[in-house]
Amino acid sequence: MPYKLQFEKRVEDIPKWLPAATSLGSVVIAFIVSGIILKLIGGEPLRVAKFFYEATFGSWATFSDTMVKATPLILVGLACTIAFKMKLWNIGAEGQFYMGAFFASTVVLVPLVPLDSPKVVVIGAMALMGLIGGAVWGFFPGYLKARFNLNEIITTLMLNYIAVFWNNFWIFDRWSDAGFQMTPVFEKSAWLPRITDYAREYGDFIAAGGPLANFLSSIGLDRISGMTLHGGVAFGVVAAVIVWWMLARSSWGYEIKLIGDNPKAARYAGLNITRNIVLVMMVSGALAGLAGMAEISGVVHRLQERISPGYGFTGIIVAWLAKLNPFAVIIVSILFGALIVAGREIQPSGLSQLLQGIILFMVISSDVLLRYKIRLVRSQAVTEAA
Amino acid sequence: MTEMPYAVEMKDIVIRFPGVLANDHVNFTLKQGEIHALLGENGAGKSTLMNVLAGLYKQTSGTIKIYGEPVNFHSPKDAIARGIGMVHQHFMLVPTQTVTENILLGLNEPRFFMRLAEYDQKILALQEQFGLRVDPTAKIWQLSVGEQQRVEILKTLYRGARILIMDEPTAVLAPQEIEELMGTMRAMVDQGKSIIFISHKLHEVTAVADRITVLRKGKVTAEGRSMEGLTKEDLARLMVGRGVVFTVEKTPQTPGDVVLSVKDVEAVNDKGVPALRKLSLEVRAGEILGIAAIAGNGQSELAEVITGLRPCSGSIKINGQEVSNRPPSAAIKQGVSHVPEDRTGVGSAPNMTITENTIMKCYRQAPIGNGWSINFTNARQRARELKDAYDILAPGVRTMARKLSGGNLQKVILAREISSQPQLMVAVQPTRGLDVGAIEAIQKLLLAQREAGTAVLLISEELEEILALSDRIAVISEGRIMGILDADQADVHEIGLMMTGTAVH
Repeated sequence: MPYKLQFEKRVEDIPKWLPAATSLGSVVIAFIVSGIILKLIGGEPLRVAKFFYEATFGSWATFSDTMVKATPLILVGLACTIAFKMKLWNIGAEGQFYMGAFFASTVVLVPLVPLDSPKVVVIGAMALMGLIGGAVWGFFPGYLKARFNLNEIITTLMLNYIAVFWNNFWIFDRWSDAGFQMTPVFEKSAWLPRITDYAREYGDFIAAGGPLANFLSSIGLDRISGMTLHGGVAFGVVAAVIVWWMLARSSWGYEIKLIGDNPKAARYAGLNITRNIVLVMMVSGALAGLAGMAEISGVVHRLQERISPGYGFTGIIVAWLAKLNPFAVIIVSILFGALIVAGREIQPSGLSQLLQGIILFMVISSDVLLRYKIRLVRSQAVTEAA
Repeated sequence: MTEMPYAVEMKDIVIRFPGVLANDHVNFTLKQGEIHALLGENGAGKSTLMNVLAGLYKQTSGTIKIYGEPVNFHSPKDAIARGIGMVHQHFMLVPTQTVTENILLGLNEPRFFMRLAEYDQKILALQEQFGLRVDPTAKIWQLSVGEQQRVEILKTLYRGARILIMDEPTAVLAPQEIEELMGTMRAMVDQGKSIIFISHKLHEVTAVADRITVLRKGKVTAEGRSMEGLTKEDLARLMVGRGVVFTVEKTPQTPGDVVLSVKDVEAVNDKGVPALRKLSLEVRAGEILGIAAIAGNGQSELAEVITGLRPCSGSIKINGQEVSNRPPSAAIKQGVSHVPEDRTGVGSAPNMTITENTIMKCYRQAPIGNGWSINFTNARQRARELKDAYDILAPGVRTMARKLSGGNLQKVILAREISSQPQLMVAVQPTRGLDVGAIEAIQKLLLAQREAGTAVLLISEELEEILALSDRIAVISEGRIMGILDADQADVHEIGLMMTGTAVH
């Protein structure tokens, strides 16, 4: 071969736009590769792509579905982002999600507040309990890590199962709705507001006309009934802003990064590492717990089995793909939300998992572009005398 | 022609990195059975040239002959097959495995059963032959830096190296260890090995090398010259391109009040073995107390107990405040600054910027922070000022710490530690592994601290440095004070004896 690829270590600082560009590029390439695979097995990639698009971003209604799936991913992705910044491998977001859902349910099922209170009180109490439930489930592995140096990967993973079975006990035994593996449906006051709940007033608003109404109907937003996007997405966006500020600007965020980068230097600089491990695990757990609360209060409206199709684990991938950037977590979550929605619509449903896998693979391998410059050189140039 | 071929003959070597010409038509020859010193400042291209010889990099152009045969290395394996072994400056050892396991790592033996005891014996025999003592069953993390280096040397010898490249082997050693190492080098040469000795310590080069090649900014300034008639000053000029002053200016000064008082301190090291035994000393404001000790005699532990990184018994007071067995933040609050021994592993965060590294101990204090948030505009401004004041060479304050050279990283650490206006400065091996220019700069900074009235505890394995900078010298052996001397009356031989555990007075 007269030419070969040469890898050169990057000596200078990389341009700021490069990480984003490589991530975007890898997603595009992942779609192309999936298309080729689809073609090879006799599928029609372009038709599938069109269908995929229509099922996820094609209309406001489908986009709302996509966002519903993205909501828990944003919160769980942020949970993982915070922990991973400190190189704490919290694999337990799934369990923290379930515990958040369980704690939030107690508000309605015990009940902890009168259920005829205003929505804001009930939802507020549920959100608080969701945060607490996740934080408790993050506290245990955090404390064990800080005090006894127990590997958090193992403990958080194990606690996932405990959380799921703990939930099962309550929904099978204590709170079962007529023997089904679910609790009775919550009172309306415990439902996070959904867009569709405002369909009647909105319809009147559109019918009344005016510049805003005309604009909304011109972009296809003349009907909102059936749109299930709920208030949880606001939790996600607000949390992203807070997490971003915390990591980028706060003293605590600086401590998290310092401990993550070099714990010995952090100890030398006088930081309290033990306390920070526990705190970070609790905050990470709390965010995952809030995702659980949002899911039962915004979508299923009861506590039941399998409220998460593995959001806690997908959140790990989301955090990685977003390169631990809180705002990128939102974008990646929407992409993965779309993949979940598409997985329901496209047969076989494994197709969208295939795509997920290829995206992850591409993004991880694209890291090589950040560390090396790759250039095409004549292979004999090496031995040539200059 | 029956003339003995060169062990190594490198001709017109050009090594180009993106934007950098690391080696510019370099010629280098190594005769069989000689010690050839390769001298140059950090970044002069010594390590790069040797990495090519070891098969780690590929030259852009130029030829290499080993024992007269042209070679073309594609990987370190090829170089090892030709009998070239490299002892790296940064050790490549697995900390949790034993000495023997590390030496066998990557070899095809033992083939199936780990008959380690048998190999322990083989390695002991090899140690005997070259005078390199280290317990084969000890785990790497338990060893001192000097011992770890012996493992690296044994590794190359075990692989049958005939040509040894030693990348700044003395940078990490105590005087006695250096002498031992030089003995080992002589023994190896006598037994037919050839050695390339990379260094920037002039007195060692003059002591041990037969011939010398000097590099400056990628170019050869002296090619294979015999050491005869070359003085330290000549070498320094070849190396840095200007004259270097070897004596440091120290103004006489009367020390003030006692700042640090260590009394009857005892502590164990990482292996659980006593490292400090009833050690007491005092450091006054405006004086430098130098600690002279052979590596692994408790000096590292002494720095750690004072800065709160290691538990101990006894009493450590700073300005009368007890700080022993308190978290490191307690010592920091009492105005203790610390230049740690391990500047990359402890003193800095590699993937954080210069700015972030300079605020490590003050990110909660105005004007950098208010306890909750950090004002990065102020932090960057301050980092820029420090960068200028301390002459830190880097593209900008956003540069990652890991991209800095050793000297510049050390300047970042010193900038951070000095700018906190400390009462007491604990400096451990502040100039280790740095080039002449950086050493000069850092020693000047330490003396400036002394003049500013800071109490300085200087721990160094460079006896010359201790003698040049200290007002008083405490000699430690096996965790005990052997004696405290006034620096101007100190005698090197006397100190050497005390360092080996012989009480003189």
